[in-house]
Amino acid sequence: MRALVIDDSRTMRRIVAGTLHDLGFETVQAEDGRAALDVLESGIDVELCCIDWNMPVMDGLEFVGRVRANPAWRHITLMMITTESEQGQIVRALAAGAHEYLIKPFTADAVRGKLDLLGLVPVKETA
Amino acid sequence: MALSADSFAFVADLVRRRSAIQLAVGKEYLVESRLLALARELGMPDVDSYVNAVRVGGKESDHVRVVEALTTNETSWFRDSAPFSALQSYIVPELIAARGLTARLNVWSAACSTGQEPYSIAMTLADCLPSGASAEILATDLSEQVLTRAREGRYSQLEVNRGLPASMLVRHLSRRGAEWQVSQELRRLVTFRQHNLLDPPPAAGPFDVVYLRNVLIYFDIETKRAILERLRRVMKPDGILVLGAAETTIGVDDAWARVPVGAGSVYRPTRPLPANVRAATVPQPRIAPHSPVLSRGAH
Repeated sequence: MRALVIDDSRTMRRIVAGTLHDLGFETVQAEDGRAALDVLESGIDVELCCIDWNMPVMDGLEFVGRVRANPAWRHITLMMITTESEQGQIVRALAAGAHEYLIKPFTADAVRGKLDLLGLVPVKETA
Repeated sequence: MALSADSFAFVADLVRRRSAIQLAVGKEYLVESRLLALARELGMPDVDSYVNAVRVGGKESDHVRVVEALTTNETSWFRDSAPFSALQSYIVPELIAARGLTARLNVWSAACSTGQEPYSIAMTLADCLPSGASAEILATDLSEQVLTRAREGRYSQLEVNRGLPASMLVRHLSRRGAEWQVSQELRRLVTFRQHNLLDPPPAAGPFDVVYLRNVLIYFDIETKRAILERLRRVMKPDGILVLGAAETTIGVDDAWARVPVGAGSVYRPTRPLPANVRAATVPQPRIAPHSPVLSRGAH
């Protein structure tokens, strides 16, 4: 399975990608929503996007809306991974089409738990 | 200093007498990791010094804290997910078919720790019970400390990240500063009581559903068998038992039928015990009569 990790912080991309890699995912990275759309438009198929909220050029919420508006990408699971932790923001992200929402800071175990909920059962054990 | 064999033996004996949980040789790491915070709190240089202090001059309350630290289970929301999807796909439909659309289901979440399991059950029931049906959930644990937290229903950001779907988070919990609190509506569905599985079962039965997950693994086979026999006595004849993924009744107590559901299994009694028949007594460890852990159960 392949995941697209979208975050303007290189360190955070590395942490998220490392966690997903340990769970058996291949990863591709993008530094904002626009760059992430470019990845999808280039034809690279991904099953999962992990999306930061606050990014330059195009933020995570707009990216979610754009992906949901394209029927060709209907199979992609969208998970926000962000420091935004207000109840209203979580509601907005879910209403825009995000499937899950993970608040930073998070543990590898929390990522695994969310993927389990989403039916993206990791193929590789970490323990 | 590493934990000495004497210290480990003292802790293992204390825990076995109070909870019947076996700490086999090789579990020293568990004792060290679980007691480290208590040792630091008292300014002790290491766990061995702390255990020595408890052994030599420890009060009853120190003994209780050691037992609680060793017997509190790790927990998270919708842990393993299969037991909760089973509630929706099998348990509720079966029981509603048998009891009717206005049934009141009586659920026991045993060894509930800080409350994530009973609240996860309550959230699932809120989604799948027919509108005329209702449920009450009794949640018990050995540790009064975890029950106090469970009753408040307040969880840190890290705790709500663990296994709780975002849609459930925003629907059933509210932000309270840096924490999240379970809604009053959901908290009202759950009654928390202290209970030791070695004591007589709670009088709140008979139960339609019992969740007893990741607990039996800690007991020896005789205790497991005795607990399962007691459960049959407090469950309705067509009740449903949910165990942990690594647990089974098979080879322990043959009076249960395993029913595969989704990725897991549930168990139904094949020879229910009427409540007035005395089931085999749980082997009682030597217990100090004044022990608050064992005598404060609210039945």
